[in-house]
Formats: sequence, C-alpha cells, structure tokens
Amino acid sequence: MHEPVKFHFDVDGENFSSAGEASVMVKKKLRQLGFSPDVMRRVSIAMYEGEINMVIHANGGTADVTVGDEYIEIVLADKGPGIPDIDLAMQEGYSTARDNIRALGFGAGMGLPNMKKYTDEMHIDTEIGVGTTITMRVNI
Amino acid sequence: MKIKEIQDLLQAELLCGEEFLDGEVDSACCSDMMSDVLAYVKDQGVLITGLVNAQVIRTAAMMDIVCVVFVRSKIPTEEMRILAEECGIVVMRSARRAYEACGILYSNGLTGQ
Repeated sequence: MHEPVKFHFDVDGENFSSAGEASVMVKKKLRQLGFSPDVMRRVSIAMYEGEINMVIHANGGTADVTVGDEYIEIVLADKGPGIPDIDLAMQEGYSTARDNIRALGFGAGMGLPNMKKYTDEMHIDTEIGVGTTITMRVNI
Repeated sequence: MKIKEIQDLLQAELLCGEEFLDGEVDSACCSDMMSDVLAYVKDQGVLITGLVNAQVIRTAAMMDIVCVVFVRSKIPTEEMRILAEECGIVVMRSARRAYEACGILYSNGLTGQ
C-alpha cells in the first residue's frame, strides 16, 4: 500500500487556447511514474475531454487526479449551469456547444460518451444552476 | 513509411521535430474535428488537418500521434510549435489540400488502418 500521488489543477475557463494543459501535464507525470501507454492514453483522453467541456460549458473549474494502487481517479468539478438531461448528454452526437466552439474543432457531442468509453467507471453528479462534478476511474 | 517520406511526398515545410524524421508510421487520419479524432482514432501515427489551434497539438499528444501535417498552407503559431516540441511531435505544413494530401499518402502505402 503506497501513499497515493495527487495532482490538483485549476482549469481556466476564460482561455480556450490553454484548455488541456492539465491533461498534458498529467500524461507527463504518468509517464514518469512508469504507467503503460494504454493507461496513460485512457486517463489523459478522458481528462482532456472533461477539461474541454469545463471550458466550453462551465467557465472552468478544478481537476484532481489521484494515483492509487488499484486505479487512477480523476475528479472534475465546476460551478457551471449543470446538465439538465444526463441520458441525452451521454448520447453520441448530442451537443449544446455553440458554432464558434465547433469552428475550434470541438462540440461534436462525443465528449461525455468518450469519457465513459475510456474509463472503467464514471459518475456524474450535477445540479442545475449549481454545477457538475464528474468522477472517473481507470483501473491499473 | 518514414516521416521523412511524408515530408517529401507532400513537399512540406518542416516546422519542428527534425530529430524524429526517421521514425516509422503505418497509418494516418484526417480531420478538422478534434472531437472525432479523440473518439475514433486508434493507433494512427499521423494527423492531417486544416484546423490551426493549440488543441490540435494537445489532441495529437493525447492520442500518441507522432506527426501533424497542416494542409492548405496553414501556419501554426509559435506557441503551437513550442508545445509540439515539448511533446516530441513532428509538425509540418503543406500547400496541398487535405483530400490531395490523403490521396498522395494513401496511394504511396500509408493507409488508414
């Protein structure tokens, strides 16, 4: 049983250009810790999609990554508008992103489905007008 | 196919990653939608795109893509070039349109699989 390794990041909601910096950083840290390419890729893609979502929809938030003995946990928390219909939001291709976001290469409605696809567990805790917290785990 | 051959076939200008030109790739993908790259791409070595922003480089980094080709003479920013260097990604730009670039690479043996 090792002491878990933890990383905390503030995700800037004002700057689309910097979105994803935390995910790039986490991938580097996981590489240094000696994780397999598959685990690194799954964690960093799921986190990256979540970061992009926080910037697009929620004016940023926080990202916390905990590397434990059995899994890597990613917790993304924002104080955005909340998700009114999670089942709808989980449908591939469903997106509420504006056209200006699509012009930047995102908003295809694949973010949440992709986060689920690349992780072993995903839980969405959301309240309208209060915010959303997404907890994901990738087994190692 | 060596990355150097991609540069030659597309008459592309190399912007960074000269030390990786001898690297081998065996597949490629083409998209301006990074959402789709993240969703559908698996083990593709090369990304061909006409989209120019930092998220292209970050998407490539997440997907272990080793070479990004900007088509239609698009010019990535200095910030993007630095980010690509940090991530060990080869970046080049070509005057070819995306369709032509894909056709040239595909017909020379770089398929999508």
